[in-house]
Formats: sequence, C-alpha cells, structure tokens
Amino acid sequence: MAKVTVITSGKGGVGKTTSAASIAAGLALAGKKTAVIDFDVGLRNLDLVMGCERRVVYDLVNVVKGEASVRQALIKDKRCEELYVLPASQTRDKDALELEGIGAAIDELAAMGFEHIICDSPAGIERGAQAAMYFADEAVVVTNPEVSSVRDSDRIIGMLDAKTQRAVRNDTPVKCHLLITRYSPKRAAAGEMLKVEDVLELLGIELLGVIPESQSVLTASNMGVPVVMSEKSDAADAYRDVVKRLLGLQSPHRFIEGEKRGFFSRLFGAGEQRAVVGG
Amino acid sequence: MSILDWFFFREPDSAKLAKDRLQIVVARERASTGDRVQSYLPQLQQELLQVIAKYEKLDLEQVSVMLDRKGDAEVLEINIVLPEDPKRGSSVRTRGLSLSTG
Repeated sequence: MAKVTVITSGKGGVGKTTSAASIAAGLALAGKKTAVIDFDVGLRNLDLVMGCERRVVYDLVNVVKGEASVRQALIKDKRCEELYVLPASQTRDKDALELEGIGAAIDELAAMGFEHIICDSPAGIERGAQAAMYFADEAVVVTNPEVSSVRDSDRIIGMLDAKTQRAVRNDTPVKCHLLITRYSPKRAAAGEMLKVEDVLELLGIELLGVIPESQSVLTASNMGVPVVMSEKSDAADAYRDVVKRLLGLQSPHRFIEGEKRGFFSRLFGAGEQRAVVGG
Repeated sequence: MSILDWFFFREPDSAKLAKDRLQIVVARERASTGDRVQSYLPQLQQELLQVIAKYEKLDLEQVSVMLDRKGDAEVLEINIVLPEDPKRGSSVRTRGLSLSTG
C-alpha cells in the first residue's frame, strides 16, 4: 500500500518545497521507493530544488490529460536509487488538474510499487492546493513561527478535515503533522518569536519536528541538492529526525531549546547586541 | 533607570502579543469558515436569538457565541446581554452561560 503525504501550508515561502524535497529524499535514502509530485502548476520549483530541471520532458498535466504515461513523466534521481520526481507543468494553468486524472496517476504509482507518494502543494487554498491534498492519507503542515503563517496553517488544517477524499468518504481523517521551519530558539527565548509550544497550542496538531533557521538550506537549494543530503548541517539533522518519525521510529525532538548560556556569556552577549543596535 | 533595571532590561515581549492576537483571530475564523466542527456557531447564534426574542426584545449583537480552547477542553461561551428593565430599575443585566465540550 502506498502512503500519500501532502506537504502543505496555505502561506507561500515557508519551506514547503524544501521540506517536500528533503522528506522524499530522506524516505528514499531509508530504502523506501518514493515519488515526489510537484502540484504547483505554472510555478514549478521542485525540479530546481531537486536539481533535475534540465531533465524535464513530460509533466503532471501531461499525465493527468493522458498525453504521457506516469512512467514517461517520472524523473529518476541520479543520487538515490529509490527516488523519483514528477514535475509540474510550467505553461498550463491550475484548472488542468482534474481530480480523476490525479487519482488515476496515484493508483498507477502505487501499482508500480511506490511506498511513499509525497505531494508538494502550491501556496494558497484554491484549486491547486485542494488537488494536492485530496488523496492524502497524511499531511505535513509547514509553519513558520510567525502570525500570518500560523493563521494560514489553521485554515489549511480546517480544509484537511473537510475537503479531502477521506473527509468526503467519512474514512479516518487525514493525519496532520506540524512541521515548524525557520525556527530560532534564541529569538523565541528572548520573546521575539512564537515558541514551539505556542504554535502547538494554537494549531492543536501533533508536532512532527522543528527545523532550525539555517544557512545550509539556501546553500543546498543553490546546488539543487535536497538539504537532507547535506553533511554537517543542523537543518539536515532535523529533517533526518523528521523522516525517522514519519517511519514510526522514536527520535527525541531537538533544536527547540537554544544552547544554555552562563551568566558571563549572557552579559557579554547582551553587550554585543547593544553595540550592533547602536551602530 | 537604576543599575538593576539596566541589567534586567528586556524588550517588551512581542511573541506574547502575537500569540494573543492569533488566539482571537483563529477562534473567530474557525467559527465563520465552517471548515471545522464549529461550523454551526453562526446558525446557533441565529436560533438562540429567535428563541430569546419570543420573551425579550433583542438584537443579533446582544447574543455572542464564542468557542475557546482551554487545555484539552473546548469551552462554548454564550453571552446574552438583556436590555434595561425600567420596572425593576436595573441597568444592564448580563447573564453568561458556559458549556464545556470534549
């Protein structure tokens, strides 16, 4: 049985594609045959983040319209045996995504032996986002610790409860996981940023993981490598933990608390900050 | 400002303000978008008004229905502001009704 997981958020720019690429790559590195589908028709970017932009021939719209087979459209990753990308169309509009055609494509992927199907949702709550979530068994709601992102995530959680195939059929609801990205424990401790516990309390879904704000995310996307494949990166470590948890393994949460600082380092640290503000 | 104040000086806690604002906006939107279980709230408000209007003169604004979350429990709070009653000489009487749901 293939498990369908949507990576969604409502708000744009919070790290959906970064997370979809890393979760898919992480699952594949763990030996699970995984396909990641870009649903952002018209604004595709998963191909760039995955580093396969020059190998796109057919896309999701071609598959949904019956112009190409799933097998023809899938791009096999060059770094990882079990990883495949199904890119979005760059030219068509979102109305081309018929649910029936998407369902058929997902069934075909399952028949090909894929164990995990990751759906990278576009931003917004319109047709593209609804198409990406419709067939989901599980959802990863990507949220920044910031007011507009939290509000939009709440809307998306409401839609996952009401507008998916599972909701329509009265099956067990889509399992929603919260992934907090771009988190800075230091700023949260200083009262400048919503804490993990605040976001959890507001949204009321289970915490999947916390990805710390990290330079390695930009470096990895510059190179077209999912950040989970980077070495010596705290964001990569955090995504590896997330993948373990998605596979049902225990992994203690990290990156929530900042390093503990002693009296003197606080004293000098505070002095440094004042100097920066003053300058 | 004393030396001690300087040592313990902290910026006002903006994250706390963000959380408070979000709690209000999220509760209101859950009630109005109808995506979640609370979708019946606007209708409940209308029907309550109709029942109360049989006995008292009331406007829609005088019946407020709010859903709040406290820990694991959800609290449905219904506030009805009854108009002034000249015979009894009282000003505005406010009666609150609270129901807790799982």
